[in-house]
Amino acid sequence: MAASLPITPGAVPVVEETAPSRNTVWRRFRRHKPALIGAVIIIFMALIAIGANVLKPADPNFIDQVNWQGYPLAPGVAHHILGTDENGRDLLARLMFGARISLTVALFAVIMGISIGTFLGAISGYYGGWVDFIIMRATDVVLSIPLLPLLLVLTAIVAGTSNKASLNFGVIVVLIGGLSWPSVARLVRASFLSLREREFAEAAKAVGNRDGRIIFRHLLPNAVAPIIVQATLEVANVIILESTLSFLGFGIQPPTASWGNMLANAQSNITVAPWAAIFPGLCILVTVLAINYLGDGLRDALDPNMR
Amino acid sequence: MSIVLFTILQYAPGGPLTPYLQNPHITEADIIRLKHNLGLDQPGYVQYFKWLFQVVRGDFGWSMSNSEPVSQAILERLPATLTLMGCAFVFSLAIGVTAGIISAVRQYSWLDYTVTTLAFFGQSMPVFWFALMMQLAFSVVGITAFGYKFSLPSAGISSLDNFDFWDRLQHLVLPTVVLSLLFIAQWSRFMRSSMLEVVRTDYMRTAAAKGVSQRAVILKHGLKNALIPLVTVIALSLPGLFAGAVVTETIFAWPGMGRLFINALGQFDFALLMGYMMLTSFLVITFNLVADLCYAWLDPRVKYN
Repeated sequence: MAASLPITPGAVPVVEETAPSRNTVWRRFRRHKPALIGAVIIIFMALIAIGANVLKPADPNFIDQVNWQGYPLAPGVAHHILGTDENGRDLLARLMFGARISLTVALFAVIMGISIGTFLGAISGYYGGWVDFIIMRATDVVLSIPLLPLLLVLTAIVAGTSNKASLNFGVIVVLIGGLSWPSVARLVRASFLSLREREFAEAAKAVGNRDGRIIFRHLLPNAVAPIIVQATLEVANVIILESTLSFLGFGIQPPTASWGNMLANAQSNITVAPWAAIFPGLCILVTVLAINYLGDGLRDALDPNMR
Repeated sequence: MSIVLFTILQYAPGGPLTPYLQNPHITEADIIRLKHNLGLDQPGYVQYFKWLFQVVRGDFGWSMSNSEPVSQAILERLPATLTLMGCAFVFSLAIGVTAGIISAVRQYSWLDYTVTTLAFFGQSMPVFWFALMMQLAFSVVGITAFGYKFSLPSAGISSLDNFDFWDRLQHLVLPTVVLSLLFIAQWSRFMRSSMLEVVRTDYMRTAAAKGVSQRAVILKHGLKNALIPLVTVIALSLPGLFAGAVVTETIFAWPGMGRLFINALGQFDFALLMGYMMLTSFLVITFNLVADLCYAWLDPRVKYN
């Protein structure tokens, strides 16, 4: 009876001193089937986003006035594979261009957030003292304000000063990227705190390297695994964040299609045109799920001790 | 932190008078007079301390979009939000912890795989879309399950004027489920790994060796210890709970703080936005402090100086 308990006596976690080789990483990653499927889905989505111009079944902003009669067309009607939205625009075409917007916003915002976070975390962990104190208090402040309401207030300020149309791609990227650095900063700081005590760091210092060189050439490459994993998961978060902003009307502005703003009018039409509500959300769900599984696989592959 | 929020809102170009600037009937002279009356022509730090002093006394200023004091507008809607958040909290905790324990105890069984897969779906689900799908399934179409045709109300807090428990409960179901999803997913995953760690410890083996039944080992010795780190995770998910409430309340027309916030947003009512941000941040910080103290109380190994 007691033997059925999953207890492994004396299980000592193996701590790897050096980073696993590229081959090891690939072998471990290959074993993680959901992550492989996730990677395939992401590549597929990215190809659609890149090739939206060539692949599009119609212009995403073209209103099919011939067939449209004031209500959304059902899937399959008049060569609209997934039907149209409430304005008679082809849903599949808008989804493709929506993929382009949603994925690029996520990519750029994460690059920005990760860069800021890595830089601040690195100098915070390396120097310690008052630099560390100030940066960590700033992180606490950002983390203690609920992110979505804060983003909404900031977008409202931008929209309030000029007009809603000014909420373009660049503004959304900068706002999301500028607020998504604290988690990375904490992560990088933690690994720098231990890395700076290691022998190779001391050696690098002893031969007279400048601080900047030690931080970016000697320490940072050793902290890269958790950053990659965090960046992957962050992409998933940002896709959801951007689509939520756009859904509430304070993100990407129509007529530009984003998966979020395509859903904005779907609620009022949900009784007559459920497909207009189903497909954009399904795209978000599948993409985010794929990215989360990819992140999970990367974590297992790059650093099995992490968690 | 209040300084940061204040600066963001006050020094945003346009500032707190934005709604008036767009009104063609208000002249330049009116704006200057308004600014003077509201003390907006004084230096920033004077405004900040005046404002801070008022906030400490519970005065968040005048909400222009609701034509009532901000504190009153928020307090009126606070009970609705707290009801929703409280229900979602209890629901998430119950389901999340149970799922996590089952998943850990039966590790690598089909039950474990189902729970972890569902948790992944829950974490990847855009809340607003899940809400729409729930409305579609349970209010618009009215799915028949367990021999019962679901037709739950999709909007509002009640459809009767006087209080009716059954009516309220029906309105509460969908928003609660929607708001809970993300936290069930996160907490069950955390609970699973926390439980797996505890199961490997020596005191669990000792308890099992003493002949304590498996159920008692897991629930009495294991659960107690596995729950401790969950306290921190719960405190950290509080900002997410507020953010989720904003979305959920908007979609389900729930008369709470979140919807108030979205309405104020559309009308650029910065006094109210400011009050909302201050209140939620304050609650988050307080909760984190309480969680830290709870942690020290629950786990005697942790000591604070």
